[in-house]
Amino acid sequence: MSSNVNLGLNNISAETHPLTWRYNKNNAQPILDLKTYESLEGYSALRKAIKEMAPADIQTLVKESNLRGRGGAGFPTGIKWSLIPMHENAGQKYLVCNADEMEPGTFKDRMLMENLPHQLVEAMIVSAYAIQATRAYIFLRGEYVLATERLNQAIEQAKAAGYLGENILGSGWNLDLHVHTGAGRYICGEETALINSLEGRRANPRSKPPFPQIAGLWGKPTIVNNVETLVNIPAIILRGAKWFRNLSQGKSTDAGTKLYGVSGRVKNPGLWELPIGSSAREILNLAGGLKDGLELKAWLPGGASTDFLLPEHLDLAMDYDTIGKAGSRMGTGLIMVLDNQHNLIAAVRNLEQFFARESCGWCTPCRDGLPWTVKVLEAIEKNQGQAGDIEFLEQMTRALGPGKTFCAHAPGAMEPLQSAIKYFRSEFEQGIKESPSL
Amino acid sequence: MMEKIIATDRYQFTAEDKAEIEHCLHHYDDSRAASIDALKIVQRRHGWVPDNAIAAIAEILGIPGSDIEGVATFYNRIYRQPVGRNVIAVCDSIGCFLVGFEEIYSALKKQLAIQPGQTTADNRFTLLPICCLGACDRGPVLMINDDTHFDVSVEKLDAVLEQYL
Repeated sequence: MSSNVNLGLNNISAETHPLTWRYNKNNAQPILDLKTYESLEGYSALRKAIKEMAPADIQTLVKESNLRGRGGAGFPTGIKWSLIPMHENAGQKYLVCNADEMEPGTFKDRMLMENLPHQLVEAMIVSAYAIQATRAYIFLRGEYVLATERLNQAIEQAKAAGYLGENILGSGWNLDLHVHTGAGRYICGEETALINSLEGRRANPRSKPPFPQIAGLWGKPTIVNNVETLVNIPAIILRGAKWFRNLSQGKSTDAGTKLYGVSGRVKNPGLWELPIGSSAREILNLAGGLKDGLELKAWLPGGASTDFLLPEHLDLAMDYDTIGKAGSRMGTGLIMVLDNQHNLIAAVRNLEQFFARESCGWCTPCRDGLPWTVKVLEAIEKNQGQAGDIEFLEQMTRALGPGKTFCAHAPGAMEPLQSAIKYFRSEFEQGIKESPSL
Repeated sequence: MMEKIIATDRYQFTAEDKAEIEHCLHHYDDSRAASIDALKIVQRRHGWVPDNAIAAIAEILGIPGSDIEGVATFYNRIYRQPVGRNVIAVCDSIGCFLVGFEEIYSALKKQLAIQPGQTTADNRFTLLPICCLGACDRGPVLMINDDTHFDVSVEKLDAVLEQYL
């Protein structure tokens, strides 16, 4: 198994840890068979949804729950869903789970799928029911071999039990759920690029509008949600919107729990399900703090495409708005720490190399601007920077910023760069070659 | 002469592969969507996707071969040139950077005497970089074929590599 989960947490229950309590109850072993999952409230949300609730009721509930997308953007799930046509002639609709987890530093969806595959399958079924989709896909990155195997196994078991397929639980509603595995490329995580990839095309993003809810997969109304977002839905159906909003325990205006994690040179890297809005310091403490002899220099709150923050920001609530106001983004909520022995310029160079390689090449600022940025950073790293290089990099953060490109890839790439220059300008300056004296 | 080249050069699917590709079509509302599945099926057979398989896949899916080639060359996990018996994919993203993947990458390049993108002379290993593998709490991480190796260190490299002949 890949991850340490909830290390050091006590009193884990369905009421407090809707995403991971089953794993805990099963002695931190994956739940792969239907019976064990059913014995832990499994598929009871599906039964409740189909027997007692109309699709519109579930949509209203999700809106009232204030659940926001856990893939990184934090868009309210209920609002996303509300744009899907629900009239009788709406025709074929699709639900797609974005399980293309590739944001550097992020390892939460892997845990959810490898250990609790039925939880995602149930979440997909109730969510598809809520929007009355009859076909659903899990777009899973090809490298997640174990998750592929376990999800496929869970789907077969669910089919045999009548939870999937035709006339589910006597409702007259049918659902076909398929695991589609990808063939690489970070850009597939972008919602419209993902749709193109699922259609068997190059994963170039599409222009919006139209939004996928109106014209998505094969031009039909489509909802794309992240794994962690979806697995909240069955719990919301069972326990209600008010319960979900209260899970944050007043730490945030956001609702629910969040899978937070820490990687880098800390004592106990891992993953924890905590009330959303828990502070970065609480999360870092669970990870045991930095290894002996190291000091925190900077941190990325939730992936490669988020702005660096400093030790002084550790007490901020890890939620969308608070981290946003501090000039970064919560992103996926999995923290990466840089310590005082890391070379910051090298780290930024590594980040930009990643974005340059993963650019789909569709638009010029991204395709050409990112490799150029890397070249300049490489020079600064070797103390070969030229006068004006820092100003050039700053210019890039504007030229590749929001609104200048087709999708959020290049703007995301500029977030760690702009914040690195803002907080550590002197380190960039040290990499500029002194001009020869005249 | 021309006829002969075309006839012998035509890609022949095994019955099993062809049936599997045709089965994949049922999962989608448009046959094009099976492009990636079909490329993977061919790659599983040969380790890579040979030129003539592109046209053969296009024929089954009923779309232009240029579209299949466009897809095949876009995705980094589809190989359009031969690779070694084992493909090593080293995570080079920031999560593994922070715990020292560069040291492992250098050691691999030195030990295998190849650069990323190349294959060893004995055809045993191809070395490639890969995006974050989603196990950053247990980095550095690398994949060899379908196996993920966690907590890799330069010291452990020999023991990892010797599992792959």
